[in-house]
Amino acid sequence: MTNTSPAASADADKVQAASRSATLANLAEFWYYFSRNKGAVIGLIIFFALVAIAVLAPWISPHDPDMQYRDSFLVPPFWEEGGKSTFILGTDAVGRDILSRLMHGAAYSLSIGVIVVIISLSVGIVTGLIAGYAGGVVDTFIMRLMDIILAFPALLLALVLVAILGPGLTNAMIAIALVLQPHFVRLTRAAVLSERSRDYVVAARLAGAGHIRLMFKTILPNCVAPLIVQATLSFSNAILDAAALGFLGMGAQPPASEWGTMLAEAREFILSAWWVVTFPGLAILITVIAINLVGDGLRDALDPKLKRS
Amino acid sequence: MLRFLLGRLGLLIPTFIGVTFVAFTFIRLLPGDPAELLAGERGITPERKAEVMKQLGFDKPYWQQYLDYILGIFQGDLGTSFSSKKPVLDEFMTLFPATAELALCAIILAVCIGIPAGIFAAVKRGSIADQAIMGTALVGYSMPIFWWGLLLIIFFSGILQWTPVSGRISLLYFFPQVTGFMLIDSLLSGEKGAFLSAVRHLILPSIVLATIPLAVIARQTRSAMLEVLGEDYVRTARAKGLAPRSVIGLHALRNALIPVVTTIGLQVGVLLGGAILTETIFSWPGIGKWLFDSISRRDYFVVQGGLLLIAGIVMLVNLIVDVLYGLINPRIRHN
Amino acid sequence: MNFKKTLKATLLGASLAVIAATGASAKTLVYCSEGSPEGFDTALYTAGTTFDASSKPLYNRLVEFKRGTTEVLPGLAESWEVSEDGLEYTFKLRKGVKFHTTSFFTPSRDFNADDVVFSFERQLNKDHAWHEYTPGTAWEYFNGMSMPDLIKEIVKVDDNTVKFVLNRPEAPMIANLAMDFASVVSAEYADQLAAAGSKEQFNQQPVGTGPFSFVGYQKDAVIRYAAHPDYWNGKEKIDNLIFAITPDAAVRLQKLKAGECHVMPYPAPADIADIRDDGNLTLLEQQGLNVGYLAYNTKVAPFDKKEVRKALNHAVNKQAILDAVFQGSGQAAKNPIPPTMWSYNEAVEDDAYDPDLAKEMLAAAGVENLDMKIWAMPVQRPYNPNARRMAEVIQADFAKVGVNVEIVSYEWGEYLSRSKDENRDGAVLLGWTGDNGDPDNFMAVLLGCDGVGGSNRAQWCNDDFQALIEKAKTVTDKAERTKLYEEAQVVFKEEAPWATIAHSVVFMPMSSKVTGYVMDPLGGHWFDGVDIAE
Repeated sequence: MTNTSPAASADADKVQAASRSATLANLAEFWYYFSRNKGAVIGLIIFFALVAIAVLAPWISPHDPDMQYRDSFLVPPFWEEGGKSTFILGTDAVGRDILSRLMHGAAYSLSIGVIVVIISLSVGIVTGLIAGYAGGVVDTFIMRLMDIILAFPALLLALVLVAILGPGLTNAMIAIALVLQPHFVRLTRAAVLSERSRDYVVAARLAGAGHIRLMFKTILPNCVAPLIVQATLSFSNAILDAAALGFLGMGAQPPASEWGTMLAEAREFILSAWWVVTFPGLAILITVIAINLVGDGLRDALDPKLKRS
Repeated sequence: MLRFLLGRLGLLIPTFIGVTFVAFTFIRLLPGDPAELLAGERGITPERKAEVMKQLGFDKPYWQQYLDYILGIFQGDLGTSFSSKKPVLDEFMTLFPATAELALCAIILAVCIGIPAGIFAAVKRGSIADQAIMGTALVGYSMPIFWWGLLLIIFFSGILQWTPVSGRISLLYFFPQVTGFMLIDSLLSGEKGAFLSAVRHLILPSIVLATIPLAVIARQTRSAMLEVLGEDYVRTARAKGLAPRSVIGLHALRNALIPVVTTIGLQVGVLLGGAILTETIFSWPGIGKWLFDSISRRDYFVVQGGLLLIAGIVMLVNLIVDVLYGLINPRIRHN
Repeated sequence: MNFKKTLKATLLGASLAVIAATGASAKTLVYCSEGSPEGFDTALYTAGTTFDASSKPLYNRLVEFKRGTTEVLPGLAESWEVSEDGLEYTFKLRKGVKFHTTSFFTPSRDFNADDVVFSFERQLNKDHAWHEYTPGTAWEYFNGMSMPDLIKEIVKVDDNTVKFVLNRPEAPMIANLAMDFASVVSAEYADQLAAAGSKEQFNQQPVGTGPFSFVGYQKDAVIRYAAHPDYWNGKEKIDNLIFAITPDAAVRLQKLKAGECHVMPYPAPADIADIRDDGNLTLLEQQGLNVGYLAYNTKVAPFDKKEVRKALNHAVNKQAILDAVFQGSGQAAKNPIPPTMWSYNEAVEDDAYDPDLAKEMLAAAGVENLDMKIWAMPVQRPYNPNARRMAEVIQADFAKVGVNVEIVSYEWGEYLSRSKDENRDGAVLLGWTGDNGDPDNFMAVLLGCDGVGGSNRAQWCNDDFQALIEKAKTVTDKAERTKLYEEAQVVFKEEAPWATIAHSVVFMPMSSKVTGYVMDPLGGHWFDGVDIAE
């Protein structure tokens, strides 16, 4: 923390208040553009619904997701012949209620998205800021490192990383965060480079702002828009990649009701019990669509170029 | 232009060295080892294991192993597969055409449908057609393709019986591999029905692999078109009374395609990643499945060599895209 | 709308149309195999998938298992004699046996003693020119069966006589020689390749004396074989044999139903009922020669007390496991060897499922609030189609008796290696598939004192048990050996180093047109003697 004189801090308060009201105005404007996009609003509603399901799953799910009903193996959904009304979407091979598992699975997928984005975003921003701000050898080194990561197909690299770290949800998230963060690094660095020579940055520097302050307080807020768009993109990518890893047996491990893992366990039943295959995939699809809808809305609302057209 | 090209190549060299280092390090970090897997439940004595690891050259100091590896690369030697005892490069060469064929078909499918769809949507902006196309693209873009593949198998192979379940061609046809591309080889063989059989086998895997790139290209084309259509010179052309069709064709399209080309290039990595899933679902004998299996059986040199080769391909394609981009758009070249 | 019914109806119509249309001149049998062979020189490998594609169609052994049994019959050896002390085995070789003539090799002579000596010597002798003929060579099965310690030398007596000299008597020796690693390869072909400087071809373009010769292999896709016209046991009825490599069980079944293949292994348990109902398919089944078990670590408290182990055994609901994990393709196990094996002790009584009793026994043993780990294998094995699911079921069962279970897993190689540790924390799910049908192959390997810190995952060394199995190994009289093994099983049950879980039942679905297919209790897939009805 930097020491500031009382006068300076009073000034800072004023500035902060001003910027707060500016932020509010920005938010209002943002919401205006965002809400014009019907799809985005629908996506947001679905997303909040999913969050609600994930949070409330322990109370609203009809069964314990890990409870094995030994007399109800592979029961079809209730509308099918042989279905039971207690198992709305049927049961899996060990008699667990699929609906309950899907509800609890929502928490996995959403937290995978959140955690991966937080890791890759924060690591990516810091790295990108350093690269863009420091320049020279540091910049070259960091960017070549990112090139190396990007030279591998993301899923392949994540697979190898998980094989090294050991299959499991935590390791899968680490691996996915690592393969996603170069995008943040590149974005941040590009933004820093374009902002660095702008007047307000130069002014701040001349006013004696420290490096850290310059990086985080002055430059960063001005490249937030593309980062937010990229973050929603990464959110949906993380969910898809984690599900793919789970499907290949390298992600969350059973009995976790992660959707990709559920699909992997269900694969042997594609001919005999379609419901164990269909619903987890559908859940993934709906979630990712919702997030992508929100992402599109964000992009439209934040991208000034598209706003005008 | 030459300077631009050399500059890009110069950037590749450190990246490539980094890639060799990553591939080398990764397999040495992998837990478990092939000797233990080979012995299975029976188990293997520590002495025997040491012997096997010695045969693989894993007893040498790391720097020497790395040096051997780098020297090998220059001689086109990526080591030998522990499981098949064949040179890694040979294995790659026999399997790569299958993946390349699949990926090419997928990208052709994605481009041939994605670009027209994107243009159409842009031109009819706001119409129901536009919304339908963009809605479909959004679904495609959000698709977990491994699940999509399973659904297609259930529907087209299971219920409708239109397409075969897996493989590259019906087993009835047996002809030597010339190019490794089943479509070409089946034509060369002159056997009746072979080509059709190869096509039928390719349909579902291509669709699955093309899904995401297609959606991305359609979206990208649409927004690029919209941007260009809004620019002054297009408006001028329109104002001059040029027919809408030629405005789109001549002026807008050429400029809109520049970012689309980059997008297509960027999809190569996505395709190779998607190939792992697609090949696993359709029992397609390509490099994606080969690498995945090799990771699980700890076939060290296959993983090491395969990672390097795939990264090499991605880097090469990116270079080509860069150069193309530079050719189309002179501004970049002098930047 | 019932999807399953629709699917079945549409599949029925199209069945077998594809192959029937082309079977005019040559009979071709297509086998949808579950995976790619690693190579074709059998002795280099240990996987059943590789054996199915190499040793079984391409090669013969000195002695062979009678199809469908573990009884040993003459193969390339017409007869054999064992010396009084059990140390010398002399084989009289069959005459007039022809190696395959292929596009890459034309044999100039018949099979003889040189081929036998070459086949074994290359595995035994570290200085042999073919001992390390390709990088990473490991004669792992030969080593795993302790052959290097057992075999002193292999002597060519004359062109048609070979003598094996052993270091110690070994009752299962003849059965060992019927195993895949003992396949006889061509010494002449090896010489030819050595001269041409392309030894690695030996593993890729194989030559043998077996019922089928090698035509071609497209990696991960198709293997083609043709009937060996001069096969010593008569030419096969089918002309071509094709392996269509199809790793996914559901896809294999669909191909079978669509007529794209005639025979498939390892159907998904969930599909068994459907296959049974299908009029165009025949479903063969056989008890597998295997056992799946949960091995406690008998060296770590509280599992060093047999009362605790016994109590936990009473807490395992095997029926639930059979239903959930095997889905009807298994039977509960009470002995460490499967019921199809000779010397299986019917009289042994299993630990019945009784959670209350288990609770009492645990309390009596002074064990409360027990936390334990159960290791679940990350892979599917014949004796355990889904170890994680099995662990989940046991976890739920143990919870009922107040034992809290944490399920752990490692990468398969790590799993195998770490589970050997004598200080291992937790009970491990594992199993075993028989190699040669001899009880010694189960009892000594899995429960003998030599296996502690190795293949004996219970780390269990019991003097009574050890004395019994050691004696059984040196005695040649089968009746006496049977008695000894039966007694050993009683000791085993009493001491409970494992919770014996299940023996799997192996299913083979095939087109009803296929005749003469016999299932192998050892789990292999053989296509000699198979025919397709028109």
